[in-house]
Amino acid sequence: MSSVLTSDEVAEADGGRERRLYWALADCWTIVRRDLTHLVKQPSLIAWQLGFPIVSVLLFVYVFGSAMDVGAGVDYKDFALPGMFAMTMAFGFMNTAMSVVVDKERGVTDRFRSMPMAPSAVVTGRGVSDVLHAALDLVVLAAIALVVGWRSDGSVLATLYAFGLLLLLRFALIWIGVLIGLATPNQEAAGNLFALAFPFGMVSSVFTPPSAMPDWLGAIAMWNPVSSTANAIRDLYGNPLPSGGSWIEEHSAMMAVVWPLALTAVFLPLAIRKFQNLSR
Amino acid sequence: MVANDFSVLAEGLRKTYGDKRALDGLDLAVQRGSVHGLLGPNGAGKTTAVRILSTLIRLDGGHATVGGYDVSRDPRQVRRRIGLTGQNAAVDEIITARQNLEMFGRLFHLGAARARRRAGELLEQFSLAEAADKQPKDFSGGMRRRLDLASSMILAPEVLFLDEPTTGLDPRGRNEVWEAVRSLARGGTTVLLTTHYLDEADKLSDRIAVIDQGRTVTDDTPAGLKRAIGGDRVEVVVAEAGDIPAAVSAVARVASGGVEPETDSEELRVHAPVHDRVAALAEVARVLQETGVAVEDIGLRRPTLDEVFLKLTGGRAERAASEQSDAQEEVAV
Repeated sequence: MSSVLTSDEVAEADGGRERRLYWALADCWTIVRRDLTHLVKQPSLIAWQLGFPIVSVLLFVYVFGSAMDVGAGVDYKDFALPGMFAMTMAFGFMNTAMSVVVDKERGVTDRFRSMPMAPSAVVTGRGVSDVLHAALDLVVLAAIALVVGWRSDGSVLATLYAFGLLLLLRFALIWIGVLIGLATPNQEAAGNLFALAFPFGMVSSVFTPPSAMPDWLGAIAMWNPVSSTANAIRDLYGNPLPSGGSWIEEHSAMMAVVWPLALTAVFLPLAIRKFQNLSR
Repeated sequence: MVANDFSVLAEGLRKTYGDKRALDGLDLAVQRGSVHGLLGPNGAGKTTAVRILSTLIRLDGGHATVGGYDVSRDPRQVRRRIGLTGQNAAVDEIITARQNLEMFGRLFHLGAARARRRAGELLEQFSLAEAADKQPKDFSGGMRRRLDLASSMILAPEVLFLDEPTTGLDPRGRNEVWEAVRSLARGGTTVLLTTHYLDEADKLSDRIAVIDQGRTVTDDTPAGLKRAIGGDRVEVVVAEAGDIPAAVSAVARVASGGVEPETDSEELRVHAPVHDRVAALAEVARVLQETGVAVEDIGLRRPTLDEVFLKLTGGRAERAASEQSDAQEEVAV
């Protein structure tokens, strides 16, 4: 017997409004499964995306490391590796934007939108997958960091909290990525996002303390959300933290939470609006 | 109720982008179980019409029902009753063909087990069983489009929208897609097909709506459209330009209603509509032989849909075809 269902049978199985939440979650999970399958089908994807941070680790720790002096008695790798974690999260918005562009360009987004699924799942599914993907990135990066001799001196709880803060930053950037992805015409254009990602990731406390930069650049770097996260996790890992003593640097622990929440508050509604505007 | 005989009913559809009127009062009635072609030059509004009817974009004015449900008021009910195959093969290139179909099945809320079974059936039906566990990025264009079609058939939809389903395919791929569309139509699916290939509309459609500048110019059967611009014509192609006047006078003798024959001096072609087909052809052949004109080709010709199309859209099709930006604009919106 054919397993094809009629539209009316499916409409009945869907239930009424009270089943909306169930299907919103179920559809989100279906989209997440798809993205996880991507990772299984293309394990090299992770290697490609982590290529830059890994090469950076090696460069900064072994090539420039001996010449880098970030403060009295601070081992550069204890400074640079948490910075690398934060930078990887910061660059993550490009992955989000790229996935969104590919789906939009191929017509997959339109196919989803022409189906009776929960429309929210297209966006929430992206968000959940990207956080899972980022968690996997952090596992790989932390393993490499351990190999080159980095250690967290913080408690287990503090260390986990630090990784949580990193994922929170990544979560906030998903919505910027969705927004950019929907606004970007095609994959070629999305390739240029590096021009945006680079200063965003680098003009921060990731590799050098902002206090060592020219004043104006240092101020931008200090107020970069990436810096707050990087400083907060250095503190949590018990990696010594050379601070310029400014307000923003003194309040990194708080700002590592406030920044992502603020970014989410601004960009999540904008991303949803942009998505809804596809039907204009 | 009469409306029940139609799977798609659109009245006075309007859609504006800035100053540009993409749709300007488009009417369309697609009979249940038929294949209806939407034909028009680039930028005529075909894609916009399909995107409105498949609930992807909102209409600015007018009224449309698909499968008996209003596209504005009840988009979710409409979405349960349609399949959409757009200009790109909208499938995930990285997960396998089977995983694609299972994913779409789950998103149509079939449940995991039924989604799996349905995926298996569709792979068989669209001759993709052997490629089921391969990634679509390695597929030929025709296979990819068939997977795209299969993804549109998860629920055996009442209406299948095909937006230029064979654009960019090689002849073999086109044939594969045509065969698939015919077999779906035989199974009772209503198909609304946009194309700018006239032979495609001619081969597949029961009726064709010609669209220009956001309006329906005419809506008829392919045969009716051809009849509308006159019946068969006698056509003569001469070897030398100097023989054209002789050919014109020979053809003029048999032209129906004393119509002046049309001349294409570039291709050395002379033609005119005729009533008494075989007698007219014999007469022209005799006259030309007597006058000693060297004839390259002579014959009876049915008007093609190209001619219908050009006539109805006032030659705009040719201009529009060269304005590629027009088409891109339509895709982009």
